[in-house]
Amino acid sequence: MDTLIHLAFWAMLQQGVPIVPERASSVAKQIDYLYYFLTGVTLFFSALIFSLVFYFAVRYRQRHPDERPQPIHGSLGLEVLWSAIPLGLTMVMFFWGAHLFYIVRTPPSDATQLYVVGKQWMWKIQHPEGQREINALHVPVGRPVKLTMTSEDVIHSFYIPAFRIKMDVLPGRYTELWFTATKAGTYHLFCAEYCGAKHSGMIGWVTVLEPADYEAWLSGAPAGESLEQAGARLFRQHNCHTCHEAGPTSRGPSLHEILGKQVRLASGETVVVDEGYLRESILQPNAKVVAGYESVMPTYQGQISEEGILQLIAYLKSLTRAEGKAQP
Amino acid sequence: MNAARPAANQMPKVHYLNVDYGIRSWLFTIDHKRIALLYLGSITLFFVLGGLFATAIRLELLTPAGDLFESETYNKMFTMHGVVMIFFFLIPSIPATLGNFLVPMMIGARDLAFPRINLLSWYIYTLGGLFTLFAILSGGVDTGWTFYTPYSSTYSNTNVMATAVGVFILGFSSILTGFNFIITIHKMRAPGLTWFRLPLFIWAHYATSVIMILGTPVVAIAIALVGLERLFHIGIFNPALGGDPVLFQHLFWFYSHPAVYIMILPSMGVISEIVCCFSRKKIFGYSFVAFSSIAIALLGFLVWGHHMFVSSQSMYAGMVFSILSFLVAIPSAVKVFNWTATMYKGSVMYNAPMLYAMGFIGLFTMGGLTGLFLSTLATDVHLHDTYFVVAHFHYIMVGGALMGYLGGIHFWWPKISGRLYPEAWARFSALIIFVGFNLTFFPQFILGYLGMPRRYHAYPPEFQVLNVMSTAGASILAVGYAIPLIYLFWSLRYGPAAGPNPWQAKGLEWQTSSPPPTHNFPETPVVTEEAYEYYPGAEAERV
Amino acid sequence: MSDQATTLAPQFEGLAQQKESAIFGMWVFLVTEVMFFGGMFAGYTAYRYRFHEAFTAGSDHLNLLLGGVNTAVLILSSFTMAMAVHSAQLNRRRALIVFLVLTMLLGSTFLGIKAVEYSHKFHEHLLPGPAFQFEGADPQHAQLFFSFYFAMTGFHALHMVIGVALLAIMTWFAWRGRFSAEYYNPIEVSGLYWHFVDIVWIFLFPLLYLVGHHG
Repeated sequence: MDTLIHLAFWAMLQQGVPIVPERASSVAKQIDYLYYFLTGVTLFFSALIFSLVFYFAVRYRQRHPDERPQPIHGSLGLEVLWSAIPLGLTMVMFFWGAHLFYIVRTPPSDATQLYVVGKQWMWKIQHPEGQREINALHVPVGRPVKLTMTSEDVIHSFYIPAFRIKMDVLPGRYTELWFTATKAGTYHLFCAEYCGAKHSGMIGWVTVLEPADYEAWLSGAPAGESLEQAGARLFRQHNCHTCHEAGPTSRGPSLHEILGKQVRLASGETVVVDEGYLRESILQPNAKVVAGYESVMPTYQGQISEEGILQLIAYLKSLTRAEGKAQP
Repeated sequence: MNAARPAANQMPKVHYLNVDYGIRSWLFTIDHKRIALLYLGSITLFFVLGGLFATAIRLELLTPAGDLFESETYNKMFTMHGVVMIFFFLIPSIPATLGNFLVPMMIGARDLAFPRINLLSWYIYTLGGLFTLFAILSGGVDTGWTFYTPYSSTYSNTNVMATAVGVFILGFSSILTGFNFIITIHKMRAPGLTWFRLPLFIWAHYATSVIMILGTPVVAIAIALVGLERLFHIGIFNPALGGDPVLFQHLFWFYSHPAVYIMILPSMGVISEIVCCFSRKKIFGYSFVAFSSIAIALLGFLVWGHHMFVSSQSMYAGMVFSILSFLVAIPSAVKVFNWTATMYKGSVMYNAPMLYAMGFIGLFTMGGLTGLFLSTLATDVHLHDTYFVVAHFHYIMVGGALMGYLGGIHFWWPKISGRLYPEAWARFSALIIFVGFNLTFFPQFILGYLGMPRRYHAYPPEFQVLNVMSTAGASILAVGYAIPLIYLFWSLRYGPAAGPNPWQAKGLEWQTSSPPPTHNFPETPVVTEEAYEYYPGAEAERV
Repeated sequence: MSDQATTLAPQFEGLAQQKESAIFGMWVFLVTEVMFFGGMFAGYTAYRYRFHEAFTAGSDHLNLLLGGVNTAVLILSSFTMAMAVHSAQLNRRRALIVFLVLTMLLGSTFLGIKAVEYSHKFHEHLLPGPAFQFEGADPQHAQLFFSFYFAMTGFHALHMVIGVALLAIMTWFAWRGRFSAEYYNPIEVSGLYWHFVDIVWIFLFPLLYLVGHHG
């Protein structure tokens, strides 16, 4: 049986039938090598067991109904051997996989930040310069890109097979994904968490462009305001500045350099301010109030969309950078 | 050739099947053997139903476009395929049929510890089944068998409640079965039958029962909370109301991962029995096989997070779950090696049960090894929720558990029915199933790595060739399953009488007539030898 | 006096095996109950850790007096249940019946007080759902607290109802003379069940009522 599978594989490869997708990200090749290792181990042990079973079945077939095979209780040596070898191999798999996983889950600090909002049944993507895409994502070759994602309704999952990456997209919180595209081309984007009727329709295309072509695309794509500008507009529109401009009588904490800061809450705990905390503070302001301030912030649930919140966050991130630049 | 010669025997005059007639004697029976047959009938019906849903899926997937069903309908098809196959076929399959029939017999008891609770468990199964059938017939459910929130708790407008109630009720059937086995195995073994003389089938069912009683209540509460959320619009899993949808995943998988061991361990027990009988040899490494069942049961509770590597679970939690998932694979590997070693220098016969067992050993190995791709963090990111996962679990559940079930049904058919099945047809169907199975599911590994997500109604055209291969295989597989259904029924009337021990197998169940009397043994047997003592008195060979 | 021959079930070799099986059986069943409630405890713990303030605020609305009285009532009922088992062991039929009835009365008292608490919550608009109203900083997560409060105490109350019904059946059997010093398994097994339901409450009470109540 196993020989047949090997033959079929080989025949398919000869015909040019792919068994791995295109490699278009910086991690794809490494993950494919790990995959080949796993496949090799699988084929080896499957072939081994199939052959041994087949061989023993034939070699030791009953030739005489009165045959009396010697009983063999067992062998401690063999038990140790065939526990230790699988243990060793699996530990190699674990460390190799964990190492690559760490890379896949740790975005570089200079990654371009894009935002993704998933909803039944489409993907909405926002570029920092303001371009918006639906079910499409344009990125340049060679530059790390970080996606911060949320869902408006149920759990979805953002999956680009050619990049070998995937991350669930959840309502009520942010998840992250990062990649560096390495090869120009068009690749599938799939939703990979069942989300209702049009789950298999929640698909799109990732277009990777050479840097020059990407710049061309950026200037060609309808932009309007950048994310930061949109966020600044919302900040004023919803009167956030009336409580949050820095000053001793300010009713709310200052938001300058707020991202990454450690704040002490009224409950005594300390949290590090990240995108998730900012989102929660806008939608459920009384869940984690900063120590020394009253719980008077109104909720903006229903008044600001998920995209709006992401724009506000982009704006708040810019406050951090601007402050840094403004230092004498 | 190499078939066991049937003993030319008559059936006993009075046995458990003819001691009483009429529907009341079956519906109010407390005989564990009759209850096993009640279950056999029910789970066969549900298997056929689950198979019909599978047929719908594979037919739709012949073409890339979603042209056979509406999306909503297709989504119901795969949901109901999963719910029916997992909860109403796989989980009860071996324990409720072969387990119920054989556990008392293998330990020399007259019945299980609590026969009425055994009957109650079948009624509960039936009640759960009726709720689920009602859900299916009155519109269906489309959440996936995994019921992820908030889709299931807030967004789906299909029969989630009825299905949830059906599955909740079914859980109690599982708990009662496991509960009965544990007490019975602890307290009712025949004199001389120490723990380490028990057949490995019993060890496997003991380990399975531990999982049943510890894990099932947690999925019960997970489903109950989803039900409460739907009914009262509260927000336990709904972020818009302050809840966390990932909490559901933790509660759900805390059961559903050990559940897969409920589905495979009994099969492994069957394989141990068959391999020893048809190699005419004692198992190689008895205590290792016995303890590996316990190890799998316990370790199986520690790995649920490997279903959640990309769910927003922390990277470090992922690493812990990954390394534990590799550990749980080791005892399974140990079993495979021990079964293979049992055949070494044996006296191997090619009866249908042995063909199923040999198929199991190979296919379970492939299925288990492909699980390693999913325990490996970096590859799981790519493979999660793709057809690779679908292929992996079907290799274990269909290539493994189901083949073990069919092997066991054939092996003990003479004991259960008093008759022999037609050997040639049985071998033929085993081969058809093997070929059909591989053709159905092997292409799905490739589809998965290529990136085809699961639960997709329509797919990009480049995936079509592999999908067509898979559907072709499924049609062969269906034929392979249909044939035993026919000849097993046929044998009830026309099969030759089997006699007490047509295979000359070891084990207390073979020491009594086929079919057995209601109370199994005329006198409680006394056990004086080790398990699988195929040639007692022979000097053991040193390896 | 009960007839020994009729109390031994056919699948057992002897009364000792039957008794051991029954008791072991109840312990195994109680393990499943631990897992059942355990799932809810796990969920509650996860949320309480995350939304500590809201849960404290919610807990402040629970009636400490009624909860405390209920705790005392249940502990007392476990005592009367133990006395019932003791009476069965000593073949004291009348005492057995009296203690069973007392246990049922105490159990029903618990349920009655619980009903009063629930009706208070209903009138204060603290029942989770569309009618929920909470004057406090974080009503969303306070509602989560109440969802768990009702789910956990609700399932507990359901187990109490089953327990009371079970004891009613035991009382009936005792009155009919079913039990003796040689055979009182069902009483012992019912006792185990009752003690377990009591212990669940012993965990529920501080977990739900005593969040943030500092004495």
